[in-house]
Amino acid sequence: MFNKFDVLETIDMIEKEHLDIRTVTMGISLLPCIRATARETAQAVYDRVMQKAEKLVSTANALSREYGIPIVNKRVSVTPVSLITAAFPAQSTLVGNALDRAAAELGIDFLGGYSALVHKGTADYEEAFLNTIPEVLATTGRLCASVNVGSSKSGINVDAVRTMGEIVLRTARLTGDRDGLGCAKLVIFCNAVEDNPFMAGAFHGVGEADTVINVGVSGPGVVQHALKFIPEADLTDAAELIKRTAFKITRAGQLIAREAAKRLGARFGIVDLSLAPTPARGDSVAHILEELGLEVVGCHGTTAALAMLNDAVKKGGVMASSRVGGLSGAFIPVSEDIGMIESASMGKISLDKLEAMTCVCSVGLDMIAIPGDTPATTIAAIIADEAAIGMVNNKTTAVRVIPAPGKKVGDEVSFGGLLGRAPVMPVHTGDAGKFIRRGGLIPAPIHSFKN
Amino acid sequence: MRAVVTVTGSDRRGIIAKVSGFLFERNVNIEDISQTILGDQFAMIMMVDTSESGEDFAALSSALEEMGKKIGMTVRLQHADIFDAMHNV
Repeated sequence: MFNKFDVLETIDMIEKEHLDIRTVTMGISLLPCIRATARETAQAVYDRVMQKAEKLVSTANALSREYGIPIVNKRVSVTPVSLITAAFPAQSTLVGNALDRAAAELGIDFLGGYSALVHKGTADYEEAFLNTIPEVLATTGRLCASVNVGSSKSGINVDAVRTMGEIVLRTARLTGDRDGLGCAKLVIFCNAVEDNPFMAGAFHGVGEADTVINVGVSGPGVVQHALKFIPEADLTDAAELIKRTAFKITRAGQLIAREAAKRLGARFGIVDLSLAPTPARGDSVAHILEELGLEVVGCHGTTAALAMLNDAVKKGGVMASSRVGGLSGAFIPVSEDIGMIESASMGKISLDKLEAMTCVCSVGLDMIAIPGDTPATTIAAIIADEAAIGMVNNKTTAVRVIPAPGKKVGDEVSFGGLLGRAPVMPVHTGDAGKFIRRGGLIPAPIHSFKN
Repeated sequence: MRAVVTVTGSDRRGIIAKVSGFLFERNVNIEDISQTILGDQFAMIMMVDTSESGEDFAALSSALEEMGKKIGMTVRLQHADIFDAMHNV
């Protein structure tokens, strides 16, 4: 039984501290949709998504109403499309367009899974598929793409890394009129997870059940607020408080996930207990780190503070939910976090510091604007560095950078809404072209051979 | 359904009478009631059972919200499970 203070605490978390269910994401297998031609496949994909997710938005809205907790986003993730269109990869755009149309008609905000898994090698059909990404992202609104280029088990496919450097640049140019917005919908992973509910990297893994509900919870504001009450506590006690707070947040997610799965006739997949910031004040991961005692995020000490935060969030969450998955940890997107935006605008956080931070948190270099004239090989080298961190540390890392066309250091890009705005940050200008052009596979590290 | 009604806002006369009258009219049973003052804020928490009420939960919730606005208070109706989940292991 709960008491009146518990009730009031929950209400304050929701109304004053931005506690919300960040996303209810329905994973849908598209494997039954493969047909002889691209056109037939696109139709089958459209029909299946429309049928499976028909009640997603209305069910999420009803749950939000009953439990009194906002459910911000309703999303769909699908089987990596490159597997569905392997017989006609150059026409993958037909399937991409069908998915985007379904997303618009369902009223969901994003649909993820225009994806390819090429961590051990790129098949011809996958190469052709990758080349459709820039055009698809330029001509659709809600579709998100992701590519897995490495894993701890297989190493890093540097040929794919090189290709993705070029694809990122082409995507930015094709959406140059919108500050390179297409790149905000494209993630390059190492160790991609198959049950991630968050965008832009969500896809429905082939090992998953037919239809699954994955829920992402958030609440950086709740953690920051809790820490305000113990300004003098040592870090052991601070970690304990974060853990307890993460527990409560995750329990709300677990409840919604179970109930949503039941009502939608899907399997309950996982709860992803990530602290996902938004550009709103009071909803910032950077501000949690500053609450812990950093003058500004990006200063020395940031990596240690983030390591503690990330670990405490995971421990609280694991205790709270029977099925934890996805990325689970703290997100550090630059453009989507007011504290990050402010630090970057003042030049207090660098790409190098962000890279170090990705060694200890759940994701990677995320939503970072870089100069529009950054060479493709430099972007590829940024991807390779991140993939190496993920590969060696057995964790997911990702790159979502936006080489903003026509913009240089000091300019700002603005995407609006949850994607936010970001100052253009400098990249190192030394040339890694020769290294990237060598291609091949960086072998998996020795500690990956656990069989 | 077990649910929780919370009423928050500046303290004034007749809040309990208004809210309980509203619930009575809709056949919602009040099982427990407590109130507290936090700073200058009044907060009332009611444990209720909506199973005898013929009204749909969402409609009931909207109607309560509307009634709250009329008396200058924030009134919410939430499924009790959310509090159980968050505050009990």
